[in-house]
Amino acid sequence: MHDELKQAIITYAVRLGDDALILGHRISEWVSHGPFLEEDIAQGNVALDFIGRSRMYYTYAADLTGNDKTEDDFAFLRSEREFQNHLINELPRGDFAYSTARQLMLDVYHSHYLSALMNSKDKTLAAIAAKGVKETRYHLRRSTDWVLRLGDGTEESHQRLQSAVDDIWGYTNELFEHDLLEQNLIKAEIAVDASLFKDQWLAEVSEILTAATLKVPATEWAVRGGREGYHTENLGHLLTELQHVHRCYPNSQW
Amino acid sequence: MSVENLELFEVFIRSARGLDHKHVGSLHAVNREQALEYARDCYTRRSEGVSIWVVKSGDICASQEDDSDCFFDPSDDKPYRHATYYPLPKEVNNM
Repeated sequence: MHDELKQAIITYAVRLGDDALILGHRISEWVSHGPFLEEDIAQGNVALDFIGRSRMYYTYAADLTGNDKTEDDFAFLRSEREFQNHLINELPRGDFAYSTARQLMLDVYHSHYLSALMNSKDKTLAAIAAKGVKETRYHLRRSTDWVLRLGDGTEESHQRLQSAVDDIWGYTNELFEHDLLEQNLIKAEIAVDASLFKDQWLAEVSEILTAATLKVPATEWAVRGGREGYHTENLGHLLTELQHVHRCYPNSQW
Repeated sequence: MSVENLELFEVFIRSARGLDHKHVGSLHAVNREQALEYARDCYTRRSEGVSIWVVKSGDICASQEDDSDCFFDPSDDKPYRHATYYPLPKEVNNM
């Protein structure tokens, strides 16, 4: 493989791994804090789907890198500025409505993204996507149910979910942007061009929000920076917890 | 949302094609659809199933401990209801 192309694929795989790991960690924060036992277990399952996906992306990046690099190096031994996840993933878990709103926006996004990634010329990325697309179908079923239930629920649940949607909305914009590295991979038919399904994403999210009696926010602001390593103040705190054990006991096995 | 507002469901899992659904436990959920999803999350995490049934616990009419005497004891002295009660004629081999 052309060396420059290989480096780009490594970065791309790590980025997708970052998205999955950071979101998975955020969802895992619900474990033992769920509203009731069954939902608590369900949240744990979803978190594990994302953490599992991050492992596959990181392992692939590590294999391409060589030099005995492992998935752990990417997950545990990089600092905040080196993570390149989209900012929406690192936003705090907030209340249940907040996590639910984020999950809906991302589940709809992932359903398109992974379907497209299945057609990647990179066979490993395509295989990871094929596995993820099934998981996503279930995640979306859950998040749609919850948005309908909370949006069209009590006055309080409606109001909480609406303000969560409003707060998160501006973070969805960067999901559809691509820097030069990704543009080159898109040309090589390896990466996904998310801008192609932005309208469809908006239509689908809007349909669910409307059915849940919620207002679709107008796009009045947008934040970007994740893919460049510029993060919100939340990521540092998250990484402290995520990496704490590994950094205290490097290379320990259990 | 608290557990008091939720309904109780019984969960039945078929572990493989051709086998019967077996009762595996119960769970709380808002409605049947959510119960099915939670059954998937709580009872098939280790690939235990290929099919799930959920039934509202209240919809199950169950025999009671007190019924045992009149329900089950009367069959204790009716061995002729078992096939093994009847000696097979020699002509019938390998039944």
